[in-house]
Amino acid sequence: MIVSPNVKPLRPDLKIISDMIEPNSRVLDIGCGDGTLLAYLANQKNVDSRGIELSQEGVNACVALGLSVIQGDADTDLAEYPSDAFDYVVLGQTLQATRNPKDVLETLVRIGRQAIVSFANYGHWRTRLSLLFRGRLPIPAGEHFGWHDNPDIHLCTLLDFLDLCEELGLKIDRGLAVNRHNRIRIIKTGSQTANLNGEQAIFMLSRG
Amino acid sequence: MTDPTSSLNPIANGNLPGHHVELGAEIPLRLDSGAFLGPFTIAFQTYGKLNADKSNAILVCHALTGDQYPAEQHPVTKKGGWWDLMIGSGKVIDTSRYFVICSNVLGGCMGTTGPSSVDPKSGKPYGLEFPVITIGDMVRAQTMLIDHLGIEKLFCVIGGSMGAMQVLEWASKYSNRIYSAVPIAGAPRHSAQNIAFHEVGRQAIMADPDWCQGNYIAQKKRPRRGLAVARMEAHITYLSEPALHRKFGRRLQERDQLSYGFDADFEVESYLRHQGSSFVERFDANSYLYITRAMDYFDLAAEHNGVLANAFCDTNVRFCVVSFSSDWLYPTIESRAVVHALNAVAANVSFLEVETDKGHDAFLLDEPVLHKTLSGFLDGAIRHSGLKL
Repeated sequence: MIVSPNVKPLRPDLKIISDMIEPNSRVLDIGCGDGTLLAYLANQKNVDSRGIELSQEGVNACVALGLSVIQGDADTDLAEYPSDAFDYVVLGQTLQATRNPKDVLETLVRIGRQAIVSFANYGHWRTRLSLLFRGRLPIPAGEHFGWHDNPDIHLCTLLDFLDLCEELGLKIDRGLAVNRHNRIRIIKTGSQTANLNGEQAIFMLSRG
Repeated sequence: MTDPTSSLNPIANGNLPGHHVELGAEIPLRLDSGAFLGPFTIAFQTYGKLNADKSNAILVCHALTGDQYPAEQHPVTKKGGWWDLMIGSGKVIDTSRYFVICSNVLGGCMGTTGPSSVDPKSGKPYGLEFPVITIGDMVRAQTMLIDHLGIEKLFCVIGGSMGAMQVLEWASKYSNRIYSAVPIAGAPRHSAQNIAFHEVGRQAIMADPDWCQGNYIAQKKRPRRGLAVARMEAHITYLSEPALHRKFGRRLQERDQLSYGFDADFEVESYLRHQGSSFVERFDANSYLYITRAMDYFDLAAEHNGVLANAFCDTNVRFCVVSFSSDWLYPTIESRAVVHALNAVAANVSFLEVETDKGHDAFLLDEPVLHKTLSGFLDGAIRHSGLKL
């Protein structure tokens, strides 16, 4: 699959996700933004790239790159996909912004053989200290919103997420915790250390 | 034979530019109603050049009151064609790259056989003897035209409004004959509200005594008032409340105060009257009845046990579905139903809702986001298909 000849260097978290994806696979990226990851996968890994994006600008940019992207969101536009429609379904930094993260997670592992989910870990030591000493709700590093306009409406820590996966019977195929220097740690189940040190969590999940 | 319509119906006098082909002479077209039609004429216009392997053809499908002249100067109105913004050299549908075909729909009044055409059996205009046609029939006739042109597979079928319905019909029934499909501001079926608006228009025409039970051509009359009212009413549905208000507000038409009468006091009234009266110069009233009926009958899911996704099983077509946020005639939810159906069969689909307050007619207007999206989609389709231009 050929997309645009101009391939931008990937953001570190997207690079980690792209490294999890096998060549020649079918990928759905939910919240695909301007299509950076999809275009990279299409060009570098010959991936059949599809996307879902909420913003008109994002969809416009993606379609202009020759990518197949629909305007929509994870809460309302996933239900119709058949089971195993994709090899991978990617939900990057979007789970906490969904109205019903539980349903979304279940759908991800239904329509994809594997789901790759990344999110900001609110169990990181900085956020804990922020609440403890400053008495203010933490905002993830690099973000400029306040509590009132934070698009993430369902905040969780890495351990909270693992609890939900267990409740839903999901299998954790891989788990990575990433700090602000892009140091990657492998997450062991129930790991207090990863929950304390990882600012971002990236999980690869499948049906149990 | 002298065309009896020529004096009354200048738009069907056969002197228009473009091509005419007679089809269905040997094997008539079997219509959805069960009736047969043939021979019949398709009037069509082309732009650009067909390449050697006949792979660069784009079929443009027109809307209810459109015609086969989307680009360049319109031969009747002398204004730009209805999609002149979109089609031309260097434009989104680039006529220096693509061979663009646009045909007047079956039932139309711009040269393709319709109710104002002469029935070869009687030697008189069909009038209401013309069989009721459907969107499926229009598209079946288009496939015969494409066969006639020797084109195996269209690179793209594109259209807005009723044009989008034809695009969906192509994608559903002839998916192996198209590479990509772009339904814009369309719907997979006519809603009760859509049918209701059309019924008002038809009743306006049929209530005009000059309609003469559909026989107005022979009576040397035309139901101008009825057709004008139908157009005025329909035109409102093509716009949006904010767009109308921005354009006209409550401004008065060439006067300083209210007349306390029923003149066109307001600019918006004058505008609609003008829309109505200019429309009757270029459109046939019976065609309006037949084509609105065809749209009302359109229901893609109904043919597939009520499951729209079944209309697109195993499709290899690349889709780009576009809707407009202020379109209340075919609102975004209708396009989204198409997208969800395509998702259900894991089809290759892009979908964009363009933010605009211009209503349904936005597809005809200067909408940079629409144009940029379509350019990108077509460029992507070229790369994916390996089309050599």
